[in-house]
Amino acid sequence: MTQTLLNLLAIAVPLAVGFASLFAFTTWLERKILARIQNRIGPNRISLPFTRFRRLFGLIQPAADGLKMLAKEDIVPRDADKLLHLLAPILSLVPPMMVLCLLPLELPYATAGMRALQAAALDNAVLLFFAITSLNTLAVFMAGWASRNKYSLLGGMRAVAQMVSYEIPLVLSAAVVIMAAGGMNAQAIVEAQRAQWFIFTPWGLAAFLIFFIASLAETNRSPFDLPEAESEIIAGYFTEYSGFKFALFFLGEYLAIFAVSGLAVTLFLGGGAGPWVAAYPALSCVWFLAKIFALIFVMIWLRGTLPRLRVDQLMGFAWKFLLPLSLLNLFVAAAALKLAKPWLSWPVGALVLYGAAVALSRSHRADAAPRTYSYAE
Amino acid sequence: MRLLGFGILKGMAVTLENFVRSYFDRDRRHHLFTKEYAWEPGAPAEVLPARADTTVTAHSRNFPILLHDGADPMGGIRCVACQICERECPPQCIYIEKDYDEQGKYIKRPAIFDIDLSVCMSCQICVEVCPFDAIVMDSQFELSTANRFGGLLQHRDQLLKSNEYYHRIHPEEARARDDRMAQEKAEKEAKQAAADAAKKKAAEAKAAAEIAAEKSKPEPSAPTAGGAA
Ligand code: SF4
Ligand code: SF4
Repeated sequence: MTQTLLNLLAIAVPLAVGFASLFAFTTWLERKILARIQNRIGPNRISLPFTRFRRLFGLIQPAADGLKMLAKEDIVPRDADKLLHLLAPILSLVPPMMVLCLLPLELPYATAGMRALQAAALDNAVLLFFAITSLNTLAVFMAGWASRNKYSLLGGMRAVAQMVSYEIPLVLSAAVVIMAAGGMNAQAIVEAQRAQWFIFTPWGLAAFLIFFIASLAETNRSPFDLPEAESEIIAGYFTEYSGFKFALFFLGEYLAIFAVSGLAVTLFLGGGAGPWVAAYPALSCVWFLAKIFALIFVMIWLRGTLPRLRVDQLMGFAWKFLLPLSLLNLFVAAAALKLAKPWLSWPVGALVLYGAAVALSRSHRADAAPRTYSYAE
Repeated sequence: MRLLGFGILKGMAVTLENFVRSYFDRDRRHHLFTKEYAWEPGAPAEVLPARADTTVTAHSRNFPILLHDGADPMGGIRCVACQICERECPPQCIYIEKDYDEQGKYIKRPAIFDIDLSVCMSCQICVEVCPFDAIVMDSQFELSTANRFGGLLQHRDQLLKSNEYYHRIHPEEARARDDRMAQEKAEKEAKQAAADAAKKKAAEAKAAAEIAAEKSKPEPSAPTAGGAA
């Protein structure tokens, strides 16, 4: 019993602590990358106190931010629903924290006893992942509702609409992988990609793209950051949050990004597979994190590139484009898996999927005339 | 046919190029706008502010001011109250009323020229559209006051600053503007002179033609000509 408990802690604590510190690093990374994209420098001022280290590329910035958050006054609106207002940030943290343990991370020090306890070995890990992450919507809406502020409520409503819509393409594109791997066990899915990562098949590539786009929307990342659109509704659902509660939302958001990128790595990018893993099993963990960070880099890169969508565009994109495409992809994948001549799957699959995507985008393009501006000539 | 998603990839290529080249490239298009530690000893000269009494560089812009030539603000005011800037200002924060003399004649200057600083977004569009070089951007940012609404509405006399002040805050830009204005003025004068000369010539030609006509005219018309004279 005690052994089991110790094993459990040995698995859970590094996950919680490790990803929380990666969160700090990621905020720094995001600010730096965005700054460089805009030809700025980004955070570089904070020094380590009492040392000679002057700048350290601003790596101490997250610590300063954290201290600032902790020291700030916690403001609760007078008319807010106090209990829900308090619970929302906590609840927003719980689902991403929980799903992190569903990722098939092979901790280098894990013994057989610990491995048996890892949730990734569950037979329905992927299903559980989606079940738990959808709780996040509740937290967001709770925050929006409890603040009794029109911007918060608008943000909360947008979040609900968006998250519910994008959940469907997200799950459908993951279903393709489940079909191919023949199960929802995360470790088994990684195992099934030993020969070939699923992203290197036509249906896998399409599913990965759909999954990635939908996961951007699920985690409120730009260009789908409507629930917290600063220029439109201040900060959306967490307008009325300050101090540490705000930090919790922030943390929850980044943990959700880790979780969903981790799932993408599991489903499409071969989990911890990579060069030299056979010789040094400990590398598996490193590869896994490296792939997560590669995805996060693309997310930040997209944030630095694309403007925000409108609400109607957002919903139209999910229902009229991603959903039919991911349904079609199910059939393509089924056909490709049963195909007698596997080499046919690339040309035919790519043609069908690309043709469908073009047709869909054509049929929904609004035939509006180019906008004319009265002042900008 | 355009590839699906091609526009997104193109945009991503641009941002990636910015990202990578911001580390290596030293040319103008990709250099970093931020200069590190500009105010610390040993900072390179080009990052130091133009004036010693401010931390603002010559490139900073915020809130418009009105310019006047010479020492007397209202005597040398360049603004003619044409109200173009009032119409073009995106957030509509400029308010202008024309000035009239006692006879009700428009005397080409504003009686009221207000800018609401709480609305102005320092976009510089008013500067771009003004045909008289009357309005330029300031670099003053220390505008806080002790009360809540004080100083938010800037009136004509607060907005009026001399051309020398403009030269002090944005030297290069002011010089370029002065040069352009001088050139435009010279061109206008040259044109005017040319037009005058042409007019004079035309008048002379006409006079000559008239004299010639007079000479060749038959006698009976002489009384009429005499009457006209
Ligand atoms: S500032 Fe320029 S554009 Fe505006 S009213 Fe005066 S002259 Fe016209
Ligand atoms: S700077 Fe822009 S907002 Fe400000 S007064 Fe000029 S046009 Fe209006």
